[in-house]
Amino acid sequence: MKVTEKDVNYVADLANLELTAEERTRMVRDLNSILGYIDRLNELDTANVPPMAQVSDRYSVDQSKQGSERFAYASREDVHEGLRKSLPHEMALQNAPESDGTFFKVPKVIER
Amino acid sequence: MNSLTIDAARSAIQERRTTAALLAEAFYDRIEKDDPQIGAYLTLSKERALAKAEEVDALAAKGEKLPPLGGVPVAIKDVMVTRGVRSTAGSKILGNYIPPYDCTAVARMEAAGAVVLGKTNCDEFAMGSSNENSAWRPVHNPRDLSRVPGGSSGGSAAAVAADMAVAALGSDTGGSIRQPASFCGVVGLMPTYGRVSRYGLIAFASSLDHIGPLTKTVKDAALVLRTIAGRDPMDSTSAEVPVPDYVAELEKPVRGLKLGVAKEYFGEGLDAEVRSSVEAAIQKLASLGCEVVPVSLPHTAYAIPTYYIVATAEASANLARFDGVRYGHRAGDARTLSEMYRRSRDEGFGAEVKRRIMLGTYALSAGYYDAYYLKAQRVRTLLTRDFEEAFKKADAIVTPTSPTAAFKLGDKVDDPLAMYLADIYTVTADLAGIPGISIPCGQTREKLPIGLQILGRHFDEATILRVAHAYEQAS
Repeated sequence: MKVTEKDVNYVADLANLELTAEERTRMVRDLNSILGYIDRLNELDTANVPPMAQVSDRYSVDQSKQGSERFAYASREDVHEGLRKSLPHEMALQNAPESDGTFFKVPKVIER
Repeated sequence: MNSLTIDAARSAIQERRTTAALLAEAFYDRIEKDDPQIGAYLTLSKERALAKAEEVDALAAKGEKLPPLGGVPVAIKDVMVTRGVRSTAGSKILGNYIPPYDCTAVARMEAAGAVVLGKTNCDEFAMGSSNENSAWRPVHNPRDLSRVPGGSSGGSAAAVAADMAVAALGSDTGGSIRQPASFCGVVGLMPTYGRVSRYGLIAFASSLDHIGPLTKTVKDAALVLRTIAGRDPMDSTSAEVPVPDYVAELEKPVRGLKLGVAKEYFGEGLDAEVRSSVEAAIQKLASLGCEVVPVSLPHTAYAIPTYYIVATAEASANLARFDGVRYGHRAGDARTLSEMYRRSRDEGFGAEVKRRIMLGTYALSAGYYDAYYLKAQRVRTLLTRDFEEAFKKADAIVTPTSPTAAFKLGDKVDDPLAMYLADIYTVTADLAGIPGISIPCGQTREKLPIGLQILGRHFDEATILRVAHAYEQAS
């Protein structure tokens, strides 16, 4: 077993998930099964292979340019009212589970 | 209505044989009658649809030329946000979410005259291969109601297959357009990464997410792609690459095109009936003058493990935004902020989404980052290089879309790994960012559709559409 219940508790904490006791047990089983399969990646020697985080820097740009120059087309002036105006307060808050009309409300963070 | 294509619908309205409003109503009647058994739609946007239909009808009444999708009833996967129309991404956590803006692809569809009938069911946050991970209800395959429609764009595929929409938009992160297209017997196109803006697509894995069409014909897929493709300043990864006229390109001859066949896509696990249909399709293409050449994609077996690290790592970051503060579900009884986050997420997310967040968080956590995430990113390079080599020899690569036809509901729900393997022929294209299309190529003895997948070079959707069109016309 690679992943223990302790690992699951730790990762759930990082991910802001609570998980029931039952879910935790199942998670130990599922993660071990999936990671067991993923371990086959270790059959490959990748010491000299660069990592690929995204597709864009490989293809959709002018290969003759270097670094951030290659993405120059995607940059724009940092203007006050950008491509899309900021949402009016009312609209920005319309989906809030709780608000006071000006702010999003959450449980108290600081005791005083 | 059964065989209504985009051009047929548009010309019927243009020539005043019907109106866009009547057509939309006819589709809503069909949905009301058939969708209770299928479950393709989550939300209908009748008001918005009829307002658009009236606009189109006013144009037609004045005798003006309708735009390319004028009056065409379409469906939108629920992972794309629609202003004023509930968008849940198939998740309880967004159960009441009413977006304040429109996804670029949807806005472009409407600007071209499309009438948005509603939002289609999908696996929660597009995570799944059977649509059984929808928080609302599973979708049933219109070709056989005991079977899954595929996933995650199962609702979009089912809506098109059951004539509850002329065309639909779906999203593909590991096969989620092509695999359901294959299971439901329709056309599904995943464009090149960067070809279509992701602005307004609720993010699953940002380096792998693609929006694309599900349609009845290859020509319709070309029409929709032409509508939604092209640079969008709201998505910095949308590419500044000219968009060809995909429809005009369809008619170019396929004679002399080199079609690559990779043995890695015809190995263990491939259903015999699927194999023989796909081989027959390749023969058919050869008889049309294509040259079949062997290619090798040696790292194919590593695609699924690579995908389930990269995709889950990105998902764990993307889904951190669902915290019960600004939108979405909030647990009612939390006393502290931290407890509120946890309970809201616990109550809001389904089992598969939690599993992927956990896997992704684990892969990114201290001590495992190099072993899993960095390793997977390096293998992603190898998988991409495989295609680069293969495309030196071939103009397109033909494979099965899925190793089997549609499976039964419930068959794989208890075994996540078995479910992941349903994407074995589709995930590699997402990782490499190349385009792929699935088109129907026959059926099994049980009358279940089989899909042929055609993969192409980056930004060369025109060639795969052309090959797909030639096959469709000849069969």
